[in-house]
Amino acid sequence: MVELYILLIFMILGAIVAIEVKDLLSSVVAVGAVGLGLSIVFLVLKAPDVAITQLVVEILCLIILIRATLKRDLPFSTSGRWVFNTFVTVGFIALFLFAAMKCLKDLPEFGYPAMRVASTYLKEGLSKTGATNLVSSVILDYRAYDTLGEATILFTAVIGVLAVVRRIGRKRVEEKIKEEDE
Amino acid sequence: MSKEHEKGMSLIVKTITRLTVGLILLYGIYIVLHGHVSPGGGFAGGVIIALSFIHLMLAYGKETALRKLSKAAASFFESMGAILFLGIALLGFTGGYFFLNFISKGEPFKLFSAGIIPLCNIAICLKVGAGLFAIFVALVLLKFDSEKR
Repeated sequence: MVELYILLIFMILGAIVAIEVKDLLSSVVAVGAVGLGLSIVFLVLKAPDVAITQLVVEILCLIILIRATLKRDLPFSTSGRWVFNTFVTVGFIALFLFAAMKCLKDLPEFGYPAMRVASTYLKEGLSKTGATNLVSSVILDYRAYDTLGEATILFTAVIGVLAVVRRIGRKRVEEKIKEEDE
Repeated sequence: MSKEHEKGMSLIVKTITRLTVGLILLYGIYIVLHGHVSPGGGFAGGVIIALSFIHLMLAYGKETALRKLSKAAASFFESMGAILFLGIALLGFTGGYFFLNFISKGEPFKLFSAGIIPLCNIAICLKVGAGLFAIFVALVLLKFDSEKR
């Protein structure tokens, strides 16, 4: 468990650096470090499926963010009502810590015992679905409705992005927003 | 920005990309096809396949990558993946209910086992890979009026 806490502290430090640093590119790199730490946490907790997905999606997001922030002067506001903002932040942190203290007391101990549904999957997953990767048998057989919903969300996201950033209208050639590589 | 920079990165990057991009694509396909035997699955494999095309685009510029997989083709594969997934789910009605595993289970630890799960993995891989590549192309190639100059 010690390495878990070290990784958690590393991730919290990375998140603080990502917020506080002035340079946008350094901030993106710090976010990537947080994602890598999270991936290693999943690996330590023996969840290789989630670790692979986290690592790969993190790389993709990082590439998009770097392409978006590199060589571009984005508006970056640091001034403002910082007293009010600090009070609101501290208030919400206190509220969430209070709620967590109330709720987490009732949860079972970490990783023990396996719940009733999960133990059923572990026992009967192989014989009922034939898939040796139990995660795959859960997300594509027992809980395939959830995967269908997730696929619908991704489909809607892609359609939305393609609709929002398409070439606008049919104007004359010189007025058109050009799609060019940098 | 220099003239040759518009067509991608330097010669070193291009050579390394030429050697590695096929392996990355192959690894993505491996992860998808073995999603029911070993860790991985449709989502992770699809993202790796999308990353191989993005790798090509970053190193060689947009023309080379869009010649391999154009934006229209990406949209087509994305919709095709969604329809395939839904179609596999609907085919379960031949045996009784939605998402029924209607193909025989086969032998564990074999590539051809687990009924519809590998087919669902392939459908999700098509969807995720093509969809994320389309998002990347749309977001990266977008240029606003103020930045044109």
